Amino acid sequence: MRALLHRHVLSGDRPGHPAVTALLILLLLALLVVPFAVPGTKSMAAASRIAILAVLAGSYDIALGYTGIVSLAHAMFFAIGAYAVAIPLAGGWVGWGAIGLGMAAGAVLAAAIAAAITLLSLRVQTIFFSMITLAVASFAQVLATQLRGLTGGEDGLSFSLPAALSPSFHLLPGRVLGVRVDGRLLTYYLILLAALLLFLLMLRIVNSPFGRVLLAIRENAFRAEALGFRVIVYRTLASALAAAIAALAGGLMAVLLRYNGPDATLSFSVMVDILLMVVIGGMGTLYGPALGAAVIVLAEYYLQPALQGLADALVGIPVLPALFNPDRWLLWLGLLFVGFVYFLPAGIVGSLRRRRG
Amino acid sequence: MLETRSLTVRFGGQAAVDGVTCAFHRGTLTAIVGPNGAGKTTYFNLISGQLRATAGDVFLSGARITTLPASRRARRGLGRAFQLTNLFPDLSVLENVRLAVQAQAGIGLDFLGLAARHTALHDRAMAVLERVNLASRAAVPAAALSHGDQRKLEVAILLAMQPRIFMFDEPTAGMSVDEVPVILDLIEAIRQDRDRTILLVEHKMDVVRRLADRVIVLHQGRLAADGAPEDVVASAVVQEAYLGVRAGDV
Repeated sequence: MRALLHRHVLSGDRPGHPAVTALLILLLLALLVVPFAVPGTKSMAAASRIAILAVLAGSYDIALGYTGIVSLAHAMFFAIGAYAVAIPLAGGWVGWGAIGLGMAAGAVLAAAIAAAITLLSLRVQTIFFSMITLAVASFAQVLATQLRGLTGGEDGLSFSLPAALSPSFHLLPGRVLGVRVDGRLLTYYLILLAALLLFLLMLRIVNSPFGRVLLAIRENAFRAEALGFRVIVYRTLASALAAAIAALAGGLMAVLLRYNGPDATLSFSVMVDILLMVVIGGMGTLYGPALGAAVIVLAEYYLQPALQGLADALVGIPVLPALFNPDRWLLWLGLLFVGFVYFLPAGIVGSLRRRRG
Repeated sequence: MLETRSLTVRFGGQAAVDGVTCAFHRGTLTAIVGPNGAGKTTYFNLISGQLRATAGDVFLSGARITTLPASRRARRGLGRAFQLTNLFPDLSVLENVRLAVQAQAGIGLDFLGLAARHTALHDRAMAVLERVNLASRAAVPAAALSHGDQRKLEVAILLAMQPRIFMFDEPTAGMSVDEVPVILDLIEAIRQDRDRTILLVEHKMDVVRRLADRVIVLHQGRLAADGAPEDVVASAVVQEAYLGVRAGDV
């Protein structure tokens, strides 16, 4: 049973350390039971974000960690997917077709743009490639804010979802385990299921013969070429795949928020978050970025209330309450990141695996 | 058959390889000798595609491959081992060889299969590691091998590619005396297969005498001599161009 699960579901990818296995099981169980264990909008929003951003960070890891492509345009692909879903829905086509078509169109468009960027920067060095992606991402931001008619500009696009996904829809009368089975709950589990399937798809890709070639390219592109692998083709395909999956994650984000705008998916702070998730979790491990997504989202949602509690408990003691003032949460978030990078330089998963030898 | 015609590459006016015309016939082992900086490795790079020629052509089995990328030349049967160890350092010894087997089998764009399930590739890679006495080190990262073992792995990768043309660039450089015979025996074994063509850049004259059917001398990028080992080694050109310099080297 365990071997079957390991082989067929996880594509033979071992978490590599008992602690990683435990953290992953904990994360999955938590995401499954959150709506019932911690009812409320905030906890469900945080859990959905973790699921979506785990996919987003994982897709970035395929490019960065597995292939060694340092792109700074990954948030752009996320945004392309989100806009592709938001635009038809906000335009008045409220239906499952709009979501499905938006998802597909976003993935294809993102893949095409990623492929074009990689092919056009065929011969540039890593650092210049990063600069090119940065320029493209900036251009996309300008475009998104200027094309107001299409994207809603700075304000973004708000829209309604099909009836079955709206809060007023009730699948079952009354409550189950004290929770209403409404459109919000359906949306949550739909997003969770989609994110899980996308994540398992990525596990499959990195453990395929194609995935092994990507590792070879990361390690020594020159040698991979000499073995007979056309490096530019593999790099292009890896970029396109990563971009397409990021776009699908973006589509899920739009469904979750029933909104999309530059700050939600396109801004550089989103790109920085993606980078942090991958680095904190461990590059080239795929499981790591999923855990990294959980760390970042939990910090963003619960660091402030935690500091508030701490400050309240320390009232009367000099200096400390001020130090833990919830307004200083960004300072503590920054220290948390520095701590992670300092003490776990290979990320959570990478460092644990290394410790095991 | 592999052939170069007036093959030339210039770096800023300086010709590193200068109009080399030479044919390498099936079933022969040709040693390429010459002093440091004579253009031997550059000549190899032009043949296997790491460098593009400024002028002249490379033909493989009658087809012009001058402008093909290295990967396509590899798939046509040009196998290259490198002078400076050139491995996938963080991947296991087995994975280094398995990738070469995978490339040879033409499996690369399979996104959804499981690499681990291609057991035939795994078995072939292990068989190659047995041949170079590295099977016991299969699970170790390539970077953790000793220099001599890394050289062996380099040869194992080449064997796993099953090329028609084997290009060895100083395969025994930096190896300890007791490790050298393993590599030389392997090259001998490849030579027994009369379908294969071997090109060997080598400094050690005893190795050249033992293995080569033919020796060509490169000097300042030009083909300076070509013939049977005993004739070429004895010729005045080599004495001056190669052995003279070499004596100063040692």
